[in-house]
Amino acid sequence: MVRYFKKIMHFLLLFSRQGRLRLQKWFTPTPEREKKKIIRDMTAMVLARKPKTCNFLHWMDLKVVYKRYASLFFCLAIDDQENELLALEILHRYVELLDKYFGNVCELDIIFNFEKAYFILDEFLIGGEVQETSKQTVARCIEASDMLQEVKHTHTLAHMLIL
Amino acid sequence: MSDVVERTLTALPSLLSSDPSPGRPSSTSKLGTLIRGITELTSKHDEEKLIQRELVSIKEQVSSPNTTMRQMKELMVRAVYCEMLGYEASFSYIHAIKLAQQGTALDKRVGYLAVSLFLNESHELLLLLVNTVLKDLQSTNLIEVCMALTVVGQVFPKDMIPAILPMVEEKLNHPKEIIRRKAVLALYKFYLIAPNQVQHIHSKFRKALCDKDPGVMSASLHIYLEMVTEKPESYKDLVVSFVTILKQVVGGKLPIDFNYHSVPAPWLQIQLLRILSLLGKNDRSTSEMMYEVLDESLRRAEMNHNITYAILFECVKTIYTIHPKAELLEKAAKCIGNFVLSPKINLKYLGLKALTYVVQQDANLALQHQMTIIECLDHADLIIKRETLELLFRITNGQNVKVIVEKLLEFLRHSKDDYVTIDLGGKVTELAEKYAPDNSWFIRTMNTVFLLVGDQMQPDIPNSFLRLLSEGFESAEEDQQLRLLAVDSYVSLLQEQPARLPQRFLQVISWVLGEYSSVKEGLEPATVLRLLAPLLDLRHCSSETKSWVLAAMTKLSAGPACLSVAQELAERHGGSLDTTLRQRLHELQHLASDGELLRRVLPCSDGLEPLEVDSTLSFLDGFVSEALAAGAAPYKPPHQRQEELAQEKALSVEPYGLSLPLSLSSSSIAGRLSPTVLSMSSGLSGNSTELSPKGGALRLEGVTRVWGKEGYLAKAALKPEEAAKTEVPCPLSVLQEGGSAPRTPVVSLPAPAPGPSLQAEREKQQLASCLFMGLGSQGAAGPCLMGKAEPTRHGFRKKVKGQGSSSGARGPSGDSASSSPSPLSAQSAMDNLLCSSPLDSGSTPSPADSAPSPADSAPSPADSATSPADPAPHLPHDLPANNRPCDAQEDLTEDTDTSETVVEGNSVAVVDPYDPEPLCLSPHLPEELCGLPRSEIRPLCRDASLVLSACCVRTDHSSLLVVFVSNASDSAARRFALQMTSGDLEVSRVRGGPEEEEEHVEGHSVAVYQYSLVPTRPSVHMELAGRASYQRPDGEPQSTPFSYGLSLPDFIRPLSVSTEEYGRLWLASSNDIKQNLALLSQEPDPLRATLHRLRDRLQLNVVDIIASEGIVACQLLQGPPCLMHCRLNAGCLAVWLRSSLPELPDCLLYHCQRALAQH
Repeated sequence: MVRYFKKIMHFLLLFSRQGRLRLQKWFTPTPEREKKKIIRDMTAMVLARKPKTCNFLHWMDLKVVYKRYASLFFCLAIDDQENELLALEILHRYVELLDKYFGNVCELDIIFNFEKAYFILDEFLIGGEVQETSKQTVARCIEASDMLQEVKHTHTLAHMLIL
Repeated sequence: MSDVVERTLTALPSLLSSDPSPGRPSSTSKLGTLIRGITELTSKHDEEKLIQRELVSIKEQVSSPNTTMRQMKELMVRAVYCEMLGYEASFSYIHAIKLAQQGTALDKRVGYLAVSLFLNESHELLLLLVNTVLKDLQSTNLIEVCMALTVVGQVFPKDMIPAILPMVEEKLNHPKEIIRRKAVLALYKFYLIAPNQVQHIHSKFRKALCDKDPGVMSASLHIYLEMVTEKPESYKDLVVSFVTILKQVVGGKLPIDFNYHSVPAPWLQIQLLRILSLLGKNDRSTSEMMYEVLDESLRRAEMNHNITYAILFECVKTIYTIHPKAELLEKAAKCIGNFVLSPKINLKYLGLKALTYVVQQDANLALQHQMTIIECLDHADLIIKRETLELLFRITNGQNVKVIVEKLLEFLRHSKDDYVTIDLGGKVTELAEKYAPDNSWFIRTMNTVFLLVGDQMQPDIPNSFLRLLSEGFESAEEDQQLRLLAVDSYVSLLQEQPARLPQRFLQVISWVLGEYSSVKEGLEPATVLRLLAPLLDLRHCSSETKSWVLAAMTKLSAGPACLSVAQELAERHGGSLDTTLRQRLHELQHLASDGELLRRVLPCSDGLEPLEVDSTLSFLDGFVSEALAAGAAPYKPPHQRQEELAQEKALSVEPYGLSLPLSLSSSSIAGRLSPTVLSMSSGLSGNSTELSPKGGALRLEGVTRVWGKEGYLAKAALKPEEAAKTEVPCPLSVLQEGGSAPRTPVVSLPAPAPGPSLQAEREKQQLASCLFMGLGSQGAAGPCLMGKAEPTRHGFRKKVKGQGSSSGARGPSGDSASSSPSPLSAQSAMDNLLCSSPLDSGSTPSPADSAPSPADSAPSPADSATSPADPAPHLPHDLPANNRPCDAQEDLTEDTDTSETVVEGNSVAVVDPYDPEPLCLSPHLPEELCGLPRSEIRPLCRDASLVLSACCVRTDHSSLLVVFVSNASDSAARRFALQMTSGDLEVSRVRGGPEEEEEHVEGHSVAVYQYSLVPTRPSVHMELAGRASYQRPDGEPQSTPFSYGLSLPDFIRPLSVSTEEYGRLWLASSNDIKQNLALLSQEPDPLRATLHRLRDRLQLNVVDIIASEGIVACQLLQGPPCLMHCRLNAGCLAVWLRSSLPELPDCLLYHCQRALAQH
């Protein structure tokens, strides 16, 4: 993988137990072919992990931190120097944010509303860095934008929420 | 919480058949149909058909003019879905951009999302997004602004940053914290991809750091972490602020909203700990400021949760990185112990990682956990095992090397991952070279590595192995034994199953047999030839390997028996389509028949005399000077070329002949150096001249093998043999460079020879690897972990000289270098080397680096100048009364924005549009300074009662910073003190006793302070950071930071010399650069006008103008002179600057350009 500059996170993948990709976010510019290879490698490696092994993997010079939530695997690649436990908690916070938004989130929510999952992700992480860790703030921001979807031209209401 | 999620997620066994709850967005849309359609399919083929159909239908609809934006939004979501499944939908990219541009806010959001998912930074379509972003940044709808900033923070074309930068900057002052936060992150992104573009807003980052919203503040830490990594010494003044912020976070002063599982802002804490570790590294006084808060962090993080362990881990790393404190180290060690001993596997992993990090400083820690480590070595989880090996690698020494290498090889045997194989192969090689207990073990181990790693191996491994064999160690006897062992083992390998050997190994074997098979008594050359010959028949044997084999055979081909083998081979392979092969065969045949020629071409080397390589390439001097005399442009070092490219000036193709300096020198230095030598030494980039102290004296003794006394041309007939010879990698690889140099255009401007600079780089690396070597042997003094106590034997180290490429790239901390797979060409090995120099990787905290050396612990001058008592900018929401620092910062920002001064006449005038009330302070200027050239008086900072302003006055022998402190209030400011520091300047108080003296500034009065400034090193702009502190009448201490920007011309003085003196100085200066400058061509006498402009604006002395040439001289204040030779050349002013100080010509040239650019 071409390393343009140091980033905390390189990519985030969500895939099912069957290895079906549910969400992908690339924080570093990656060519399409490489993406496909990474997705293939990641699903294969993570799904092959036995129980009672640690949640970390090496991939090239990156560390991959993964965690299973029900039928979904969350898988985040970080710099070798990074803190793996912290990355694990980043995944967990993302799940919490999804849960807060969808209310008892399940894989279906993410399948059918993946664009929402992306919106939430974009409020939480940006360019491979943690942007906002406060659950309330992220939730408020997403709600405010959603409000625009429901009622057009009620900017004022949305503004009240965002602020 | 996590339990809740897991429960709810597991509670849905057959997810796809169940309907989502009614509250959720519907899945009956077209997307829903698509998704359900796909899940019902069983074969990949069906899926592909369905998606292709889908894509066709999407394509039709997006290009239809009747599609509404709302439908477009839906289509985009479907296109994103198809791309996620791995099907290309590039036709939709342009529509995603259109959607972001034309849609209403709700469609826009999807448009932006699709753009950020579809396109990466370099995609050309992104340019079409720029206008949309610009428009949305100006929108009154906050959510649109947010969307624009979000997309900017993810993907934005680098070249278009200037277009939106002012608007993003503006958003830093936005009343809404979310906008400010996103703006900071967008700037962070800009900083990463184009650091130069955001240089001028550094002070705004400071303001973001002081933001009252913790979100904005923590966003600014991303930028600070990056900047501190790059240049820690510039941010020492912020240590107190970082410590204060961390203290408040740890103390739970942040809103509860920022808690994560009741731990206060863990991400923020970790970010701060990282910044602190960078700042405290090798800096005792700075480290001392952190001890307390680190202790506090360790103490607070008691809860049993992953996140607290993450913080603890970071704390431990910081404690071991900064200047050590026994008490903290002890606590940190305990912490690591808890990790390692934890039954939780993730913590164990982290414990091993922490141990690996600290073990070089504290080998005892590894000893304490000896048993756990051994357990982990046999752990079922390969990841744990690998991490343990990493730890073992760090604690290897002369005694335990056998055991550890055996463990590594065992892992290597089972490894299926190429990357791991290459990485471990490199590590084993390194250990073997460093700590091998005896020769036969070394050869055995290396054989195993060559066999196991095979052809993926990094090319420097065989190279350094061969160099090791050829250059040898301390004793000649050992060397011979080693070679004998190698020959022995290779002969038996070839006798067994040569077909199984990897290419790289075959090459090594060929070379060794070619060079050293004579070491083994009773081994006839013909026997070796017969062993090597079958290799040419191997099908998988590459043409490169065949060349190696033939080169080896050629070396051995003495005697009639060999001739017959050679002829046999020629018959078999003479018809080969490979021309190289045919040529080699022909050479072999020819040389085998002519023994004398063979001895002359390939003199038998006994290996005891390592080749002397003339690294300065001085044997090319004659060629270079000839080329220069014929009008070629002199060599320019790469950095200079890059700079010129960056300035987007067209490269000058006009030859720049020698003219004035030479004619000058003819009077003054005739007899010392001949003109050609002079031109040569200036042409060879200075490197060559510096390296060979005798200047023009050619050093030919070391290069006889290729560049014999007969000279290059005399040997031209033997060129094929030379070429064959240069195929041989190690000792000759440098020669190869030298050899090819005459054919590459050494002196033509666009492609200067890489030789000299590469060589310098390599020498640096050798130095670095020597340093690493020392650290490695320090480990040997540590306790013996597993090996039995054998007598340490460190003799098995390569000579320093031979270490070049191999260990330089694979120092203990250079893992990243050794672990990145690289193509196996020699050139790429070189590239690797350059970019992975341990010097460059200084940013990654490595145990080796962090080992505190006594020399480092002495505080550097810059640090000691920073007073530890510096009051910090606090988190304003905690100290609501104290918003002053921020305001002052704001003023500062504006100051620095305009600090690009317009030079008029003899004084520097500053255009300051922000100055609200022009100051009438000039009457307060001390009498003796009146009439001297000075800059405009600029406000520094202000608060309720005091206004600080300053100007810079130039006297002949000094530059003075005059600070005016005007107190407009009724009461006196008591105990007033000014502190100033700068990385580039030496600041000393001129009048009024010691700097710390406390004084009072009476009400309604102006106090004047004078500081003398002396540049410690030249730089284009210099920054002075300071702090004014005093007591308000109510006794409350008050302190205000400020900064003042100066530029090089403030420290440049004319140098009056005669033309003869100029000539002498010119020769004495070694660092030179050349550039074409714009000419003031509309003037009647352009040369004179241009030089006078430079004289007036930059205080240069025009020494002489003769016809179309002029010479100019100046001097850095209390520093060396800088000379400039100017010549009219095709409508430009060709200038040639020289100084004994490397940076000075560069910086001066910058200001010359500026002076001529302003009209």
